[in-house]
Amino acid sequence: MTLEYKKIFQKWALGLAWFYLLLWPLMGITPDGLSFAPSLKVWATVAAGTAFFLFIWILKQQGRLDFFSRPAISLGRSVGKAVGALPNKLLAVAAIAALCLPPLFAGRYVLDVSINVMIYVCLGLGLNIVVGLCGLLDLGYIAFYGVGAYTYALLSINYAVPFWLCLPVAAGMAAIAGCIIGYPTLRMRGDYLAIVTLGFGEIVRLILNNWMELTNGPNGILGINAPGVWWPNWADGFTLEHIWLKKLPYLYYVILGLALFTILAVHRLNYSRIGRAWEAIREDETAAELMGVNTFRLKLLAYAMGAVFGGLAGAFFAARMRFVSPNSFLFIESAMVLSMVVLGGMASIPGIILGTLALIALPEFFRDFEQYRMLAFGGAMTIMMLFRPKGLWPAKRLGQRSEESQ
Amino acid sequence: MPVLLMSTLTLDSVSVRFGGLQALADVSFSVQQGQIVGLIGPNGAGKTTVFNVITGVYRTSGGQVNYDGASILGRRPHQVLAAGIARTFQNIRLFQNMTALENVMVARHCRTKSGVLGAVLRSPGQRKEEAGIREAAQEALEFMGLGKYAAEVASSLPYGHQRRLEIARALASSPRTILLDEPAAGMNPAESKDLMGYIQRILERGVNVLMVEHDMKVVMGVCQHIVVLDHGVLIAQGAPEEVQKDPCVIEAYLGQPADN
Repeated sequence: MTLEYKKIFQKWALGLAWFYLLLWPLMGITPDGLSFAPSLKVWATVAAGTAFFLFIWILKQQGRLDFFSRPAISLGRSVGKAVGALPNKLLAVAAIAALCLPPLFAGRYVLDVSINVMIYVCLGLGLNIVVGLCGLLDLGYIAFYGVGAYTYALLSINYAVPFWLCLPVAAGMAAIAGCIIGYPTLRMRGDYLAIVTLGFGEIVRLILNNWMELTNGPNGILGINAPGVWWPNWADGFTLEHIWLKKLPYLYYVILGLALFTILAVHRLNYSRIGRAWEAIREDETAAELMGVNTFRLKLLAYAMGAVFGGLAGAFFAARMRFVSPNSFLFIESAMVLSMVVLGGMASIPGIILGTLALIALPEFFRDFEQYRMLAFGGAMTIMMLFRPKGLWPAKRLGQRSEESQ
Repeated sequence: MPVLLMSTLTLDSVSVRFGGLQALADVSFSVQQGQIVGLIGPNGAGKTTVFNVITGVYRTSGGQVNYDGASILGRRPHQVLAAGIARTFQNIRLFQNMTALENVMVARHCRTKSGVLGAVLRSPGQRKEEAGIREAAQEALEFMGLGKYAAEVASSLPYGHQRRLEIARALASSPRTILLDEPAAGMNPAESKDLMGYIQRILERGVNVLMVEHDMKVVMGVCQHIVVLDHGVLIAQGAPEEVQKDPCVIEAYLGQPADN
């Protein structure tokens, strides 16, 4: 027993030493010379924190926390059972109702972050079709987001087309872009495909950046209309009044609707013959083709469908910011969305939502140490992939899968 | 000329070259309605190549492959399956992370047609089709004695079950001919005896069988017709008893007698 703990302590000490070796060059080397105090401070905090958790863990291993953890676990289980017994529809309605509440009391900042999260949920779920379901690595996914955003921006600026009409157009344009990238790359697999998609993402960004006449280049496009609705006005008789949904609470509801639509659509696609065929391609493309899946068409469809949700999110992004520029569609965004999918759990809808929350909302809490966010981010990713390689919430896979109704 | 039986699958002087290697040379044989045909030969004889030619994985350099009177050469593998020829693989190629049921359900893809809109809207047609897929898949699993493993992930099934699951998956596509690539490989005598029963029952379903197999007990036990390949050349074909006595076959398997 003690030997085992000794080993664990050794590993912990080694890990901390390693961490300091990494931390010091980052924090300690400044233009003003070398310093140790700030890095030691951060290091001590981390050391104390991990020591605390290690202590709790050892207590738990020794069974000294049973008086607390046993009842807690059984309580958790019975709550889980009670929730599981409720019909899915009721749960869904409750969840949607809860999601409708924030604008009533939450502040600007919270709404802003929530809107961001939901945009990325749409993107993550769209990319999930390509990466999670079909198993095609796509490093240029953000291009479809850009296509959707610019489609709405241009239609709005030049022809004042309303947002709602542009949504399907943006989705369609993104789908076409998806087919354009999909078609020539269908025979590629793995690394080669990743490189080509990476290139495609850059091509789209460069086109947006350099086609001055159409996109106004790096200056971007200003003055895009917000979504508008016709609202019944009872003030003097019945009239329909047109209002712009410029305020954050309205935008929150618009993106909530889009995100819910995306979740529903991706869920249903996942559990249809098309989703199964995608998963078969991911598992073994040759076998899938031999078992009757038209891999050529279905891979193209995966690109197109993935792009559709990216395009929808893009159109909303343009309507919400009322400004687009190529700088919103950098490679780092593609990498972020891909991280959400991988971190959350490929092919798992709740996992991807969780992954998005982790990658968008958590950094907001750590605003204080802005500079080291990426460091924490990288560390978290490494630890995740070591301990939960299948993601935060791995995809469920039961025989009853296709019975799940929604 | 004797009256030709309605033959379902016919290979007519099929040749395949890979660079300088003649993988198949002028191979002709057929699988008739209601037949279990065995395809045997030493390692590297070109047996799996025959399967790959039939299912459209390889291109031929000469010859014809006809199915029900129509050429299936040049069709893509999924079209061959849709035409009614399903296959299993020498090295098990299941969709490892999917459940047994899902594996089998994939094979119904070619027999169903609802699209993206149907799936997203859950149209009545799509629901009905989905229920049909499930039913057919479950039936195929039950047929291969895997009914209670429907919810198991394919990779977690024991080896013998995985082999049967592959057959169930092939059967779910409602084929009229099934190609089995070494179905008894790695099975113990009791399992291969079971397998022979399954193969008989597959034939009773009205599905013709063409199988590659090294286990002579299985081959001699179930096949009515045997085709022997050696180095890509068809060296003998006929009833099991004839083939067993054929000197060419004995030579291919055992080598030439020392005193020759």
